[in-house]
Amino acid sequence: MTPPDYEYLRKLLKDHSGLDLSADKQYLIESRLLPLSRKCGVPGIGELVQKMKAGSSSIIAQVVEAMTTNETFFFRDKIPFEHFRDAIMPEMLKARAARKSIRIWCAAGSTGQEPYSLAMSLKEMGAALAGWRVEIIATDLSTEVLEKSKSGIYSQFEVQRGLPIQLLVKYFKQNGELWQINPELRAMVQHRQLNLLHDFSQLGVFDIVFCRNVLIYFDQDTKINIFGRLAKAMEGDGFLVLGAAETVVGLTDVFKPFPDKRGLYRPSGARAAATQAATLMPKIAAMAGR
Amino acid sequence: MKTCLVVDDSSIVRKIARRILEEMDFQITEAEDGEQALEACKGAMPDAVLLDWNMPVMDGYEFLGKLRQLPGGDVPKVVFCTTENGMDHISRALQGGANEYIMKPFDKDIVTAKFQEVGLVALPEQSSI
Repeated sequence: MTPPDYEYLRKLLKDHSGLDLSADKQYLIESRLLPLSRKCGVPGIGELVQKMKAGSSSIIAQVVEAMTTNETFFFRDKIPFEHFRDAIMPEMLKARAARKSIRIWCAAGSTGQEPYSLAMSLKEMGAALAGWRVEIIATDLSTEVLEKSKSGIYSQFEVQRGLPIQLLVKYFKQNGELWQINPELRAMVQHRQLNLLHDFSQLGVFDIVFCRNVLIYFDQDTKINIFGRLAKAMEGDGFLVLGAAETVVGLTDVFKPFPDKRGLYRPSGARAAATQAATLMPKIAAMAGR
Repeated sequence: MKTCLVVDDSSIVRKIARRILEEMDFQITEAEDGEQALEACKGAMPDAVLLDWNMPVMDGYEFLGKLRQLPGGDVPKVVFCTTENGMDHISRALQGGANEYIMKPFDKDIVTAKFQEVGLVALPEQSSI
């Protein structure tokens, strides 16, 4: 890949999806776009870029999709799911006892392992949730991964990473070499396509938001903007869960961390800085339009 | 250093498993069948057993039953590692006292994940991006 091609792709990805690749991510582009080049019938990334410059919106869309999908697995990093089971849900059971309903958003649902891990955790809570309505909304930019998530079908490799064998036996049905999560758990997750750069206020207000390992791809201004809008989409006593390598500290004070619980945050009640919002919205709107 | 007994009638599988587990800081012993494995455990209980199912002389399932009856035999974490990938085998293994189950083919990621499940490997500080 030539440096000009890399720069072209970096700029295009940033404009279309907010994805902000640093200067040394050629390997990532190569690993994702070489297979796509083959699929599109061109010899390499250079030729793919030529087609994109010539205006092929289909290839542009496929490139954006190929670059914005994440690797994910069940109960990724374990600890956030322990927080969910041991800290978040017990508190929610008390705080929402009158309402008896909880809304959870997986803001980068990807191929479904995260929302289904939450669904399994909820099932494991058993009778404690009798009479409760728990909604899990899984959103993602990519329609392809959403389709896979809806199907709930995983390979033998995928069900062996992060998933305890007891849960595999309990919640999945085997179909040849593939495994499908049971209909009861599929029914617990609603899927919607969503670009986080766009307005998501139509999703409503959530008690728990998992937004893991997706904001890492955005630049600082975009992250701050999204944190601001996330805070508005959450109940004041809600929980935000970020990925292991992520933080809000130093970026925004609309969320405050739990000092003893890595990756866990709650709305602070502070308003997003006015100057940030004013200068960012036109920029975000321009990025989001496509 | 934690110890792992690798039980498989294929020397190639034992070699691959050894390489993966030694990188994970396990001290490895090997057995070709369930009977050899049982003798090894009677000598010294390992912290973990990576266990094939289909082997001559004594298969993995029979070994598991006999292991759990030995004094201290409830201690080792037993992780099946087998081409038997049917639900019936998995359920039987769990009922027989296995802690985890790997369906072949396996790689380092799967072995690591399963050994984390049984508490023999700590979680990394952060996940990689």
